[in-house]
Amino acid sequence: MAGTVLPFGPQHPVLPEPLHLNLTIEDEIVVAAMPAFGYVHRGLEKLADIRDFRQMIQVVERVCGICSMIHALTYCQGLEELLGVEPPRRARFLRVIWSELHRLHSHLLWLGLFADAMGFESLFMQLWKIRERIMDINEATAGNRVILSVNVIGGVRRDLDAGQTGWLLTELAEVEKGINALGRTILSDYTVQQRTRGKGVIGGRQALEFGCVGPMLRASGVSQDIRLLGYAAYGELDFAPVVEQDGDCHARCRVRFAELGQSIDLIRQALAKLPAGDLSVPVKGRPEGETVVRAEQPRGECLYYIKANGGRFLERLRIRTPTFANIPALTAMLPGLELADVPVVLLSIDPCISCTER
Amino acid sequence: MGFVARLIGKARRSSPWLLHFDCGSCNGCDIEILACLTPVYDLERFGVVNVGNPKHADILLVTGTVNQRNRQVLAVLFEQMAKPGVVVAIGACALSGGVFREAPNVLGGVDRVIPVDVYVPGCPARPEAIIDGVLLALEKFREKE
Amino acid sequence: MSIAADSISCVELCRAVAACKEKGCRFVTITCVGADSAGAELLYHFDRELALSHLRLTVSGDEVPSISGIYAAAFLVENEIQDQFGLVFTGLAPDYRRTLFLDGQESPPPFRRDRGPDQGE
Ligand code: SF4
Repeated sequence: MAGTVLPFGPQHPVLPEPLHLNLTIEDEIVVAAMPAFGYVHRGLEKLADIRDFRQMIQVVERVCGICSMIHALTYCQGLEELLGVEPPRRARFLRVIWSELHRLHSHLLWLGLFADAMGFESLFMQLWKIRERIMDINEATAGNRVILSVNVIGGVRRDLDAGQTGWLLTELAEVEKGINALGRTILSDYTVQQRTRGKGVIGGRQALEFGCVGPMLRASGVSQDIRLLGYAAYGELDFAPVVEQDGDCHARCRVRFAELGQSIDLIRQALAKLPAGDLSVPVKGRPEGETVVRAEQPRGECLYYIKANGGRFLERLRIRTPTFANIPALTAMLPGLELADVPVVLLSIDPCISCTER
Repeated sequence: MGFVARLIGKARRSSPWLLHFDCGSCNGCDIEILACLTPVYDLERFGVVNVGNPKHADILLVTGTVNQRNRQVLAVLFEQMAKPGVVVAIGACALSGGVFREAPNVLGGVDRVIPVDVYVPGCPARPEAIIDGVLLALEKFREKE
Repeated sequence: MSIAADSISCVELCRAVAACKEKGCRFVTITCVGADSAGAELLYHFDRELALSHLRLTVSGDEVPSISGIYAAAFLVENEIQDQFGLVFTGLAPDYRRTLFLDGQESPPPFRRDRGPDQGE
């Protein structure tokens, strides 16, 4: 059985999304892995030609439903830079709060799917049950569960009132309790350790060379977090990147788990410091020039390149999403694994295919 | 109809299995479908079970826009489903292309490729709407049987 | 406003990118700003400890040397640009031959400004 090529996907039980891999296997061992794409491709960067720069907010939110708010945030920050406006302080703090709510729901979603990939269905259900509280917060504060649509160029559209703030804090305390109760299972359960320790190892140097971002990079011992740039209100909050050294699936799991606590902490800090003031500043004129903006999404660094020529439509909008940067590393992580470990390692990078293909 | 066929028909009617396929969605609708299957919304109380194999599935949930490449996958999945199958299109994308309608690699809604029985609007469709859609699909399924 | 980028030409590209790798930069991505029959403009983005640096490459024609030999991760984005803009990266491995997202040569590259004389907008 030398070099059988096994197609994995595009429709596969563990993948919620159609990623396709061509795995070359010898006996049970993967010797080469080559990703194939195109099942979710829409070409939405091209929509910048026919939607004006304000309407594009709705489109970039739908690059990926899981981190939609942060996509819109990055885009708006880029245009604010081009238009020379500064969002009010309150808006910047609110952006942090919604960003971290997104990170919470995304990491819980991932931990659940990861548990499911290992066949640990009850853990999956428990995690998603906790996640529903975050979705309720999203709905109560922004009006929609998934696509929040709170960002506009120059600020945000929604406000939190005092009653909501108190309720949000009690909900967060419940979420924290739930997460802590599951922590021991996620991190030290025998089966989970057997399935994840030493699987899909990638070292710090190699991860940097492959251009990995976000939790992938941090789980390999590289302390890099775009939030340290201090965009929105992150510059005024106190946090340090979560770093683990092992570079295997378990380390990636630990990083994301610890980031849950970090996000809750950041929301509390932001709520405590939330200044009074306006939600947005009026924006006049048309954007001109080019800029590169970055933000930290749940999956890592996201980069927008925006070029405008003073017209209603942008000349070029380019979106480099975190999964796009993390996928090349798969070609190095998968070879040498047993076939049964492929789904777990694949999910450990937190693949978001609709981001990758746009 | 023989006894065995009647028995199978009855079993399928009371517990149809569903398959979820993501065409070109932004994940917004997918995570809502998954949320429907978890404890808070719990679609499984109506007897449906989420399966990974199209050959076991009676109801196909489709999200997202159709493009050149995934249309073939979609057609094959529909072909492989147990007959008669019911197709539920979920989200604005699956109905018409939604926000991506004019994008270069988008053909339009799911009904360009396979016949759709139930349309669930929303961007993203709310879990309640999805549950509603699946219940309607169950009814249609019983009619078709 | 424009971003600060070192302008380079095709011959200098590989050396400049290799120098970035020497310095320990993380390869972020390549942006194809635009391409038409006159040529193309590409931006190479690198990150070093949260500081971005850019290289701006202007080519006349369709051929660009690939940097996938230096940064293996570049294969994905170079294939994407081949799909979208119809440029050709020489020495690209693995090469999907414009079938990464789309189905090959027959469709005109959707992001190119000029669609050829017969399909002009
Ligand atoms: S309908 Fe809206 S939320 Fe659903 S997949 Fe399409 S863009 Fe995403």
